[in-house]
Amino acid sequence: MKRMLTMIAAAALLAAPAAARAKSLVGAGSTFGYPIYSKWFAEYHKVKPGLQINYQSIGSGGGILQFTNKTVDFGATDGPMNDAQIEKAGGKVLHIPTVLGGVVPIFNVAGVKELRLDGPALAGIYLGKITMWNDPALVKLNPRAKLPAEPIVVIHRADGSGTTYCFVDYLSKVSPEWKAKVGLGTSVDWPVGLGGKGSEGVTGLVKQNPGAIGYVELIYALQNKLGYASVRNRAGVFVKGTLAGVTAAAAGAARTMPKDFRVSITNAPGRTAYPISTFTWLLVYPKNPAGKGVEIRDFLRWELKSGQKMAAGLGYAPLPLAVKAKVARVVETIE
Amino acid sequence: MATAAAPDRIPSVARGAAAVPGPRERAGDRLFRLGVAAFALLILALTAALAVMLAVESRGTWRSFGFSFLWSTEWDPIGGKFGALPFLYGTLVSSALALLIAVPLGVGSAIFLAELAPRRVSDAVSFAIELLAAVPSVILGLMGIFLLVPWVRAAEPFLTRWLGWLPLFRGAPYGIGLLAAGLILSLMILPYIAAISREVLLTVPRPLKEGLYALGATRWEVVRGVSLPYARSGILGAIFLALGRALGETMAVTMVIGNTPQISASLFSPAYTMSAVIANELAEASSPDHLSALVAIGLTLFGLTVVVNGLARLLIRRLEARG
Repeated sequence: MKRMLTMIAAAALLAAPAAARAKSLVGAGSTFGYPIYSKWFAEYHKVKPGLQINYQSIGSGGGILQFTNKTVDFGATDGPMNDAQIEKAGGKVLHIPTVLGGVVPIFNVAGVKELRLDGPALAGIYLGKITMWNDPALVKLNPRAKLPAEPIVVIHRADGSGTTYCFVDYLSKVSPEWKAKVGLGTSVDWPVGLGGKGSEGVTGLVKQNPGAIGYVELIYALQNKLGYASVRNRAGVFVKGTLAGVTAAAAGAARTMPKDFRVSITNAPGRTAYPISTFTWLLVYPKNPAGKGVEIRDFLRWELKSGQKMAAGLGYAPLPLAVKAKVARVVETIE
Repeated sequence: MATAAAPDRIPSVARGAAAVPGPRERAGDRLFRLGVAAFALLILALTAALAVMLAVESRGTWRSFGFSFLWSTEWDPIGGKFGALPFLYGTLVSSALALLIAVPLGVGSAIFLAELAPRRVSDAVSFAIELLAAVPSVILGLMGIFLLVPWVRAAEPFLTRWLGWLPLFRGAPYGIGLLAAGLILSLMILPYIAAISREVLLTVPRPLKEGLYALGATRWEVVRGVSLPYARSGILGAIFLALGRALGETMAVTMVIGNTPQISASLFSPAYTMSAVIANELAEASSPDHLSALVAIGLTLFGLTVVVNGLARLLIRRLEARG
C-alpha cells in the first residue's frame, strides 16, 4: 500500500510540469466550419505539439452564447454578432473571417436539367407567390427549358442553421417584401413549405417530391453530386455556384469591407461573383487572459499562411488576397 | 381480481414494518436503509430540480405572453412572437395516431404470443419484438424517409379517393406529415405494448383459465373473460408507458413530420412537435427571447407528461378498485 502511494506521488510530481506545459484552447460554434476547423486544429497540433485546441460544433447560436459567457476562448459563427450581442459580450469582439461558403438551390423537375433563377423569382417562390413551375416569371428566365404545369413544393431547413441565414440574407437583399414580412435569422417563420432536418433532410425531400425546390450548402451539393440551379448575380450574369465564384463574391465586397469584417457578401458586385455566398467567422476577444492571446494570435497567423491552402480540398472557398491582408493586420492586434 | 392485488399488498406491509425501525436495528441495516432512501429521494429531487430549472429559464416568455403562450399559434423567432399551440397539437395528434395503430396491433400480438402460439414461435417472436425496441430512433427515422414516406405518398391519393369525404384525408400528397409521423411512432411504441402485455398475460394463473375451459368456454371466451380482465391494469400501464415515449420522441418524428408549425384538419399536412422544435432550434437560438420560448415549450411538454402519467395512475387505480 505504502509503495503504491509513493509511486502515485512520484507520478504526480513527474506529470505536474508536463501538464503545466501542455496548453489548451477551447472553442465552440459553427457546424458549417467544423470540418475545416477540426482539420486545422489537428494539423496545427503537429506543428505545435504543446498546444491542444478543442472545438465543439454546437451551432453558431450556441457558439455566440458560450463566447459571451466566456466559457470558451473563442467562438465561431456563420452570421455576425449584432450590436446588442456585442454589447452583451463586453463591447469588444473581433470577427475573423476564416473561409467562405455558398448556398445553392437544388430542384427536382421532370425533364429539366438546367435551371436559371434570379433573386425576385427565388423570393417569390419562398414567399408562396410563385406556385407553379410554368409561372411566367420562371418561363422568362428559362426560355429553352420545358417547365411543366406542376405545383412547386417548397423545401427549407427546419433546424436553425447558417445555411438558412445566408439564404434568407440574400432574399432580404433582393426582395423588400421578404425583408418586411419574414426577415433575417437562422430560424425564420417560413410563409410556405416543408421543413427538412439538416442538409440530408432537405435533399431527401427534394429528391422524393416531384416539383420540389430546396437549398443546401455548395459543399454538400458538390460532395453528393447534386445538380443545382444557376442564379443571376448583381451584374446580371447567371452564375452556377463554384468555389471560385464564392471567392469572387468576397473579392467584390473587399473594397467596401468594414473594419470589423461584419459584412454580408450576398448579392456582391462583380461579373463572376456568386450571389448567395457568405463568410464564416471566428470570434475572438481583442484582450485575452495571460498566455492565451499569444496562442490564438500564433494560430491565426499559421491559419492565414498555411491553413488557407487546405480550404479548397475540403470544399471551402479560401479568402481572396485582399481580404487576407486586411485580416492579417487585425490578427496582429490580438493581445 | 383479488389475487391480482395480493402481490401488491405484500411489499406494502413489509414497507410499513421497515418504516418503524425496531430497537435492535444494526448499524449496517441503518446505513443501508438511509442509503437507499437517499437514492429514492435523489430521483424526486432531480425531477423537482428539472421543473424548477425549466420554469426559471422560461420566465421571460411567461412574463411577456402569460398563458396565451399555450393557445397562440404564431411562431416567429425573428419577430419575437411565440406560441405553443401548433406544437401541442402536433405532439398530441401524432401520439394519438400512434396509439390508435399500435394498441390493437400490440395487444393483439401479445394475446397471440401468450395464449395461442406454440412456445417456440412465441419465444422467437418475442425476441424479435425486443430487438425492435432497441433500434435507435435515428435509424427508424432514416427508414421513415427512404421507405415509409414514399409508401405514404403513394397511398395518400387512394385514401383521398375512398375516404376523402373526411377532411382528415384531403390535401396534397407530400408523403411527409402527421400520418407518416404517426406511423413511425406506432412502430416505435409497438414493441413496448406487445412485450409488456405478453409478460402480463403470462402471469394469469392457469387454474383460473382451466376453470373456465372446464365449463366449456372457447379460447376467445377465456381470453375475454379471464386473461384480459386479469391483465387489464398491466396492459394499460404498458399503453401509458408507450404514450410517454411517443410524446417525447424527437429524432424519428422530426425527420418525417415536415416541421411546419401549423394546425390543419388533414393528416396529410406537415406539422411540428414540441420535442422536434426544441431539437431543431435550440443550437442556433442566440436571442434570449427565442431561447426562453424554447425552454417554455420544454416546460409545457414536461407538464403534459405529468398530466398524462397522473391520468394513467388514476385510471389504473380505479380499475384495480373495481376488480
